[in-house]
Amino acid sequence: MKQQNLIREIFSGNAVIPIFAVVASFLFGGILIAFANEEVQEASGYFFSRPGDTISAVLNSVVGAYDALFRGSIFNYQASTAQGMIKPLTETLAFATPITLAGLGLAVSFRSGLFNIGAQGQIIFGAMFAGYVGLSFELPFLIHMPMAVLAGLLGGALWGGLVGLLKATTGANEVVVTIMFNYVALLLLTYLLKTPVFQAPNQVNPISSPVAESSRLPGILGDGFRLHFGLIIMLAMVVAVWWLMHRSSIGFQFRALGYNPSAARTAGINIPLTYILVMAVSGGLAGMAGASQVLGADRQLTVGISATFGFDAITVALLGRNNPFGVLAAGLLFGGLRSGAVLMQANQGVPVDIVLVVQSTIVLFIAAPPLVRSLFRLPKPKAVQA
Amino acid sequence: MSTISRKAIKGIALSAASALVLAGCAAAPEDEESAEGTDSGTSEETETETVDYKACMVSDEGGFDDASFNEEAFNGLQRAESELGIETAEVESNTGATLTEYSSAIDSLVGEGCDMVFGVGFALATAVRDAALANPDTDFALIDSSLSNDDFSPLSLENVKPIQYDTAEAAFLAGYLAAATTETGTLATYGGQLFPTVTIFMDGFKQGVEYYNAENGTEVEVLGATGDDQASWSNTGDFSDIAKGKNLSEQFIDQGADIILPVAGPVGQGTGQASLDSEGVKLIGVDSDWYNLEAHEEYKQNILTSIEKKMSDAVFNVIQSGVDGTFTGGDENQYVGNLANGGVRISPEHEVAYPDGIQAELDALTDQIISGELVVNSLYKN
Repeated sequence: MKQQNLIREIFSGNAVIPIFAVVASFLFGGILIAFANEEVQEASGYFFSRPGDTISAVLNSVVGAYDALFRGSIFNYQASTAQGMIKPLTETLAFATPITLAGLGLAVSFRSGLFNIGAQGQIIFGAMFAGYVGLSFELPFLIHMPMAVLAGLLGGALWGGLVGLLKATTGANEVVVTIMFNYVALLLLTYLLKTPVFQAPNQVNPISSPVAESSRLPGILGDGFRLHFGLIIMLAMVVAVWWLMHRSSIGFQFRALGYNPSAARTAGINIPLTYILVMAVSGGLAGMAGASQVLGADRQLTVGISATFGFDAITVALLGRNNPFGVLAAGLLFGGLRSGAVLMQANQGVPVDIVLVVQSTIVLFIAAPPLVRSLFRLPKPKAVQA
Repeated sequence: MSTISRKAIKGIALSAASALVLAGCAAAPEDEESAEGTDSGTSEETETETVDYKACMVSDEGGFDDASFNEEAFNGLQRAESELGIETAEVESNTGATLTEYSSAIDSLVGEGCDMVFGVGFALATAVRDAALANPDTDFALIDSSLSNDDFSPLSLENVKPIQYDTAEAAFLAGYLAAATTETGTLATYGGQLFPTVTIFMDGFKQGVEYYNAENGTEVEVLGATGDDQASWSNTGDFSDIAKGKNLSEQFIDQGADIILPVAGPVGQGTGQASLDSEGVKLIGVDSDWYNLEAHEEYKQNILTSIEKKMSDAVFNVIQSGVDGTFTGGDENQYVGNLANGGVRISPEHEVAYPDGIQAELDALTDQIISGELVVNSLYKN
C-alpha cells in the first residue's frame, strides 16, 4: 500500500514539474561541465586578479558543450552536406524508438499501479523471439517482417505476463520479481548466444548471424541513415496506448486497478486477470522495443542488445507522467541526450558521464516535487484528496 | 529545527565561500606577449612539434578509466599527443552501449576530421567495418579483433589495421610462475564474459600450470577453468561490477585458492579487495602492470605479476606510421603481439618474491616459446 501511495504521489501534482525538472537538471549539468573544464579550473586559480578569464572560460565551456549537444541531437549547422545537417535528428529518432516503446509499456503498468522494473528483461525476451524468427525462417518480406515483430511482442508479453501470473496466484511482489527476471533474461540470452540456437557458425564471439533480409525493418530515409520502420511502429503504439488506456474498457479496468484495487474488486473487476493482462501489455510493448533493436537497429543479437533502454524507460515513463504523449516527448529527449552525448564528447571533450548525471538528476527532481517548486518558486498545488 | 539548519547552512556557505576566495587568490599568468618574451624557446619548440594530424579513439563499455584494457590503449593515444604533437579526440562508451552507439561515435569522430580512428575491443568490429567502408580516406585500427563480413567470412580492408594479441604466451609464463609459487596447490581464474580475448588468458594460464605439473610431478589445480569446454568456465557476466569479482574471489579462496587471475578489467579490483581480507592470497593482473597503477595501489603488495598486453606501444606505433604516411592496413599487415615482438610479456618481480631459481626457468621458457621449441596453443596458432 505504501508503495502505491508513493507512486501516486510522484505522479500526481503539477504537470509543469517535469519541464522544470529537466531545466534544473540542465542547469546542474552546466555547473558540472564548468567545474570539470580544465580552462575554468586554471582561470579560477587567479579569479580575483582577472575575473573576466574565469567568466569567459565558464561561458565557453558550457555554451560549447550544449551547442555540441544541440548539433549532435537536432541540427548540425556546421555540417558540409544537407544529409549531415539533418542526420543528428534522425539519430535522435532512432534512439528514441526503443526507449519510447519500452517507456509506453512501463507507463501502462505504472498507471495500473504495478511497478514494473523489468523492461530490460522484457526487451531481451522480445529481441530473442524476434531474433529467432528473423534467423530461422526464409519467408516473403510481407509475412516475415510482421511475423518477427509480433514474435517480439509475444516474447515480451509472455515474460511480463508471467510476472502478472505470479502476482495474481501467489501475491509475489512485482518489483522484486521483475528485477530478478532481468537477470534471468540476460543470463539466458548470454547462454543461448554460446549455443547453436543463436551463435553464428564459425564464430567464437557471442554474436548471432544477421537476421534475414526479409525480416528486417526497412530503412526510412535510405542508406546513410539509421532511421528505420520501427519509428512508425513506435508512433502507432503511442496512439494505440492512448486509445487503450483512455478509450477502451480494458484500459478503464487497468486504471481502476491503479487508483484503488479494493474499489476495483468491489466494482466487479477480475483483479488477478487484470494483473496478468497489465503485465502482458506492458511486457509486450517492451518486447517490441527489443524487436525494433534486433530487426531495425543492430540487425543481429548480441549480449548488449537491450543496452540500458529498459532502465531509461523507467525515467521516461516518470517524466512523461505515464501519459503516452508525455512518454513520447520524454523518449525524444532521452534519444537526443544519447545521440548528442557522442558529439559533446568528440567535439568538446565533455565526459559522457555528464549526460548520465543530467538523466539522473531529472529522476531526482521528479521524485522530489517540493524541491523543484521551491527552486523555481512555483505555487504549492491544492491538496488533492486521494 | 529550521533555525538550526539555517545556521548550519550559513556556516557551510561561509566556509565554502572563503575557501573559494582563498583558492582564487593566485596571481594571473602574464599576458601572452610577455610570456613569449621570457621563454620563447619552449613555445617555439612546441609550435614546430605540432603536426596536422588527428588521431581518435572509441572505448568499449569499460571506459578509459578501467585501470586495464581501455586505459592501456588510451595511454598510447595520450603519449602520441604529447610526443608527436598531434591532435586527439576520444569518445568513451557507457555501460550497455549498443552497436548503433559505437557506429554513431565513430561517425562523429570521422566528422570531426580524425585522420585515424581506433576502435578498442571486438565489440566495435562491426562499427569499424561499416565506417571504414563508408570512409575510405580515413584510416582505422581495431584492437582485439579482425574484420568479417555479415556471414562472418573474413574481410580485409586496406584502411583497417587489426591489432591482436597472442596473450596465451605470456599467460603461460604467469601460470608456470603461479604453480611454482602456490602454497595450497590451488589456483583460480575467472573472466568478465567469456570472450575469446578473455579465455585466451585463462587457457594460456592453465597450459602453464599443466606444463609445470608435468615437469615437476605436482598436481596444482586451476579452479574456474576446469574441463575443456571453455563456455563453462567461471565468469562474472560483465566488465563493470567489482562486487561480483570480490564475491567470486572469496568463493575461490574458501575452496583453497591462494593465487587468482581475474580477466575482467575493472572487476579484477574485487579480487584485489578480497586478497586484503585473507592472509597469503595473491593475484595476477592483466593488460597493464597493475603494480604501477593507482587503482590497484591498496593491494599492490599482493600482486604476484601481471600479464601485459603492450597496447599503448602498438597504438603509438600505428599513429606514428599514420603521421609518417607509412600506415599499412589489411589482414596481411595485421599486428599480432607475442613474446617474440614484445607485444605481450609478464611484469618484472615486485614485492612478492619468486621462489628460488624460477626467474631463470621463466627466462628459459620465454626463449623456448620465442624459438618455437615450446608451443602454447591459442587461436592464433591453428
